[in-house]
Amino acid sequence: MPTVFVTPNLTRHVPCPTTQVKGATVRAALDDLFERVPRLRGYVLDDQGALRQHVNVFVNDESVRDRSGLGDTLAPTDEIFIFQALSGG
Amino acid sequence: MARIKQTAFVGTRKGLFAFRRRGLHWAPAGEPAFLGEPVSAVLHDPRTGRVYAALRLGHFGVKLHRSDDFGATWREMSAPAFSKDEKKFDPVDPRTVEKKGPSVDMIWTLVASGAEEPETIWAGTTPGGLFRSTDGGDSWHLIESLWNNPAREKWFGGGYDFPGIHSVLVDPRDARRVSIGISIGGVWRSEDAGKTWAQIGNGMRNAYMPPDKAGDPAAQDVHRMAAPLANPDVVWVQHHNGIFRSTDGAVTFKEIKKVKPSTFGFAVAAHPHDPKTAWFVPGVKDVQRIPVDARLVVTRTRDGGKTFDAITSGLPRKDCYDLIYRHGLDVDSEGEHLVMGSTTGNLWIGDRQGSRWAHVSGHLPPIAAVAWSR
Repeated sequence: MPTVFVTPNLTRHVPCPTTQVKGATVRAALDDLFERVPRLRGYVLDDQGALRQHVNVFVNDESVRDRSGLGDTLAPTDEIFIFQALSGG
Repeated sequence: MARIKQTAFVGTRKGLFAFRRRGLHWAPAGEPAFLGEPVSAVLHDPRTGRVYAALRLGHFGVKLHRSDDFGATWREMSAPAFSKDEKKFDPVDPRTVEKKGPSVDMIWTLVASGAEEPETIWAGTTPGGLFRSTDGGDSWHLIESLWNNPAREKWFGGGYDFPGIHSVLVDPRDARRVSIGISIGGVWRSEDAGKTWAQIGNGMRNAYMPPDKAGDPAAQDVHRMAAPLANPDVVWVQHHNGIFRSTDGAVTFKEIKKVKPSTFGFAVAAHPHDPKTAWFVPGVKDVQRIPVDARLVVTRTRDGGKTFDAITSGLPRKDCYDLIYRHGLDVDSEGEHLVMGSTTGNLWIGDRQGSRWAHVSGHLPPIAAVAWSR
């Protein structure tokens, strides 16, 4: 099962431990995560279900390509990282 | 509900602060909430005693929090959001060109509805969505009759990339009558709690459109709109190109021209009981958004706009470059105290109906919104 890691910059808003999730795509894996931690969804996805503009999701060491559909496929050993893009002052 | 001590809530770029009178002075009350996070709107709802704070997290989107104990503890509520069904239509949001539907970018204002429906609150957002909650912020729904109105195609952004709803006036005589102000889209009104809408607000004029569009009610950049509770037929508007006043519930406006040092600004506060009294905070003009002569003044009329005082007592008389945003000025429910916060992080409180101001803090983050407890 893929494993999801969430940046502490997000878990300070919504507690979420490192979690093993079900899913053959990033969308399915995140949906599984959001079922366990419903409040997380609105922090990661925008109103239309796409990745928020300033949120990055990596699968292993590659940024996901399909930021709207989240159709990137997953292998059971993959690690998913949810980060924030750096910005601000 | 026990009587609460008068409190000024101050929403800033980096948290929500509260100030209360301590002896002769105003001082911070309690610890800041949401420290480090941008607060875009704050409301103390006198009907329930609840405090609402809207956050605009840089990475993680728009959030809404509610406190049922006057700011001691907070709980995250559901935030207004567009549904995926809205994908097909937003003529004024360039992001839809990429086939991506709208997302709420900022809650610009939170407003309590009438006394007869204490759980109902309104939220105006960018892009120009109007949302209503009938359960104290547990859930929200988009006012689709406004969002899907074809006339909304004429709205456009002012200051932000997208048009936004910054002012919502609920008629205290009948909460179904709701008027909204849009940058840029003029004034709209519903008589049936948002089921149907009509553009109102004739008589305003702009100087940023071709001459034959100057009077188009849809092309008016209303910066902020305020009305006295005692007579909501009187409506004051601080507009991009001047100050306007209506005596027929925002259907028609008359321009008020003779105001020194300037009629440019963002904020307006209406005296709750005296429909002839209102306050404004002038800047030079749109291309130079600083106080005239670097000297901060509050302009006040007490005769319905015939004459104005430019109040200087307690305000910086030189070298001041503070700007007061749309929601950076508020008058309390007695009409006696005003609170004013600037983008430079200065906070002032004015007593005697704003005749005399005290500098309360000079080191706050940029201030987006201030609100008295009510």
